[in-house]
Amino acid sequence: MTEVLRILRKHGFYYLLFLPVAGYLIIFKYVPMIGIMIAFKDVTPFMSMGEIVTSSFIGFKHFINFFNSFFFWDLMENTLMISIYKTLWSFPAPILLALLINEVHNTYFKRISQTISYLPHFFSMVIVAGLVYVVFGVQGGLVNHLVVLTGGEPQHYLGDPRWFRTILVGTTVWQTVGWGSILYLAAMAGLNPETYEAANIDGASKIQQVRHITLPGISHVIVILFIFRIGDLLDAGFEQILLLYSPSVYEVADIIDTYVYRAGLLNLKYSFASAVGLYKSILALLLLLAANKFANFLGHQGIW
Amino acid sequence: MRIKATPMERLFYVGNYVFLIVVSLMFLIPFISVLSTSFISTAEWARRGNFVLIPEAPTLEAYQFLFGGSKGTVFNAYKITMFRTIVGTSLCLTFTGLGAYVLARRNLPGRTFMTLLVFIPMVFSGGLIPFYLVVDRLRLTNTVWIMITPFLVNPWWLLIMRNFLMTIPVELEEAALMDGANPLTVLIRVYLPLSMPALTTIGLFYAVWHWNGWFYAAVFNSNRDLYPIQVILRSILYLGDASYRGDLGIMFEPEMMPPAQTLKAAMIIVTTVPILLVYPFIQRYFVKGMLIGGVKG
Repeated sequence: MTEVLRILRKHGFYYLLFLPVAGYLIIFKYVPMIGIMIAFKDVTPFMSMGEIVTSSFIGFKHFINFFNSFFFWDLMENTLMISIYKTLWSFPAPILLALLINEVHNTYFKRISQTISYLPHFFSMVIVAGLVYVVFGVQGGLVNHLVVLTGGEPQHYLGDPRWFRTILVGTTVWQTVGWGSILYLAAMAGLNPETYEAANIDGASKIQQVRHITLPGISHVIVILFIFRIGDLLDAGFEQILLLYSPSVYEVADIIDTYVYRAGLLNLKYSFASAVGLYKSILALLLLLAANKFANFLGHQGIW
Repeated sequence: MRIKATPMERLFYVGNYVFLIVVSLMFLIPFISVLSTSFISTAEWARRGNFVLIPEAPTLEAYQFLFGGSKGTVFNAYKITMFRTIVGTSLCLTFTGLGAYVLARRNLPGRTFMTLLVFIPMVFSGGLIPFYLVVDRLRLTNTVWIMITPFLVNPWWLLIMRNFLMTIPVELEEAALMDGANPLTVLIRVYLPLSMPALTTIGLFYAVWHWNGWFYAAVFNSNRDLYPIQVILRSILYLGDASYRGDLGIMFEPEMMPPAQTLKAAMIIVTTVPILLVYPFIQRYFVKGMLIGGVKG
């Protein structure tokens, strides 16, 4: 007891300072975590907090319904495929861009092209979606204009299941490639210039220098970022898809997150949607743990 | 020492410049195309009906429509966005700064547990619906606070801030305490000035988050008077051709409506221009912040 008093007298001020943060975290992060128990209940929209807490548990009904539903595999496939396609394109793109920018010796040109490439990162998803709407517009859109110029027919690309994922992936690359190149460029700037000079004297070509000096030199950054990416593989781009999709492309566009949103907030199936959300959260946590283990295994420090 | 470039290498350098110019244009073209669409007049749109790079008679019709009228929708939306950005960022910085300051104290009993409290929400969350139920039952929905109160701390930035604070030598604090300063004075007079660079960077990250935020303002709020600029843009983007006039009438004066596509373009520009104006000045802070956070969070 006296020990507690002693600690409080010495550190009380700092615990007091931490109180607002702790309160915030408990209310807005931990109460929802406890609230996940509604996935095991039947909660209706007009229940009060008290009624939600006291209502009875019904077990795994919502999970079983979800796993048995015909859309379960569609959602899994869409989530994973969109995410994997995005990774396939938007993961290597910044590395390539950084390699090319790194070869520019004119400082002025380098700085301008970098500044321009970061810009889309600062646009909200709504602005990016707006650009997509206007550029892919059937009437007056740039893309359809080019299609017509080359002898094609104007099309509603955004509503076309054959094109929708391509637009998602392209938009993601467009928005993230420049910003993503920053870490690689910083890593490249840290490499020893003498190694390149020695390689030059030995007659190594540009490609050989990239392959044997630059890429090995930045490999730790590549590995860490790739592991990060695997850790959130289930995030296929909720906001982006929500803003761009429409019922005509649900078959290729509906992911777990958008489904949770519609089932929970539009159709008010709170418990069922929470069950789907919890399923995703657990899967995501497992992926992250596995990714981190893998990073440690490779001798990297990992995420924690 | 530079070795003379071989013809192959010179070809590579030229090709590289050309490629990077093309890439840069790819970033700018969507924006330029939207900018020119926003200046097309109703008459020209009706007559030509396809893509126009340079409007024959550029007009500000769409902009006049957005800013004109007595409902003041766009002005009001800017006000909401400014409010959430200024008040939201200040609160975020206060909470994040205090939390980071406490967690940075090496000799504080319970520090590991408190760090864990911050860390766990980074890897696991209750999900959208339980979160909605919490903010709804707290009566935050349909108030401006729905955009601010539930988002006071980003755990990732708090930990970055903590790492920064831990680089400040403890001797400074010890010296101040020796001179008779109390803990509050130490915080305000020693740590606050020294953490200005980190606070600026993290504050800018929060500010951009608030400026760009739309989801919670749109989904957890149905009061049109509380729509920030991003949500107005979203509403205009969603205007279908069939319901165009009716939907628009709720937000604006219904007479003299520009074509939907022109209006969408103009609204994109209205939302983007403030970012473009400050971007050149703040860009380097972000790059610095990205590198601090990226090297080891």
